[in-house]
Amino acid sequence: MGDISLIHYLMVAAILFTFGAVGIFLNRKNVIIILMCIELMLLAVNINLAAFSSFHGHITGQIFAMFILTVAAAEAAIGLAILVVYFRNRGSIAVEDINMMKG
Amino acid sequence: MIAPLFFYLFALMTVVSGLMVIIARNPVHSVLFLILSFFNSAGLFVLLGAEFLAMLLMVVYVGAVAVLFLFVVMMLDINIDEMRQGFRQHLPLGLVVGLILIVELMMIFTQDVSSSNILATNVSGELSNTAMIGSVLYTEYLLNFQVAGLILLVAMIGAITLTMRHREGVKRQVISVQNSRTRNETVQIVSVDSHVAPKVLEDSRAANKQLK
Repeated sequence: MGDISLIHYLMVAAILFTFGAVGIFLNRKNVIIILMCIELMLLAVNINLAAFSSFHGHITGQIFAMFILTVAAAEAAIGLAILVVYFRNRGSIAVEDINMMKG
Repeated sequence: MIAPLFFYLFALMTVVSGLMVIIARNPVHSVLFLILSFFNSAGLFVLLGAEFLAMLLMVVYVGAVAVLFLFVVMMLDINIDEMRQGFRQHLPLGLVVGLILIVELMMIFTQDVSSSNILATNVSGELSNTAMIGSVLYTEYLLNFQVAGLILLVAMIGAITLTMRHREGVKRQVISVQNSRTRNETVQIVSVDSHVAPKVLEDSRAANKQLK
């Protein structure tokens, strides 16, 4: 087993981040899963920040992890509100149906 | 000696439930696995000595964000099978991108991340973790803290205005109209002749007779 070093935490965060990125590719139809994948990636970033903060003996990393948490909560609230409004108007949340702006 | 065991337990559970989030068939199961992932990474935070962040993760993520996801998933009537279409089709691309990403990230770790100027001491000195965060957050990062509050306020107002619906034909209380009513326009004194029955009464009597 040995001691747990910074590398171990960074690896967990890296794997989690990769899962989040792959999830966006796999679930191209479901917006809710895509939002959840973004949350997973933000969680991985938070683990990174907390690990660096702890191993470098500096509290700033945890402060910024808190700010990321704030932004993630705001993003989830707005995203889900948009999703609910969209579902109310169109009766579907499939990503390829979101083409009204022809962007 | 027990700490590495717990690290591997939490790390494994976090990663496995993170994987289950993206491959679960049912979106509700995905949300539940997301909650499990948050719980276990809160355990990782406790092992790192970031107790305040761990509790924040529990309260904010598990208590608010994940439950919000759960509500929305259950509220929307989604066809699960339709949503799963294209999963196999996108699998090769996703795996290639994921492989490239993970290889690149792992190449970083072959470098010496723990460079020489790292302090060996843990964050939690004589102050507790929460006290340290508080002492820095309200002094050095005061502006950032207030901006974070502002972001939350904007998000709250935005979510409310987005989802608020103006339905037609719903009776609402308008307090200003209520308060501006005067006696003259609402109350009317009608003198009724007590000997002669009013015409309305006569009409209803006639109608009753017809029914009989």
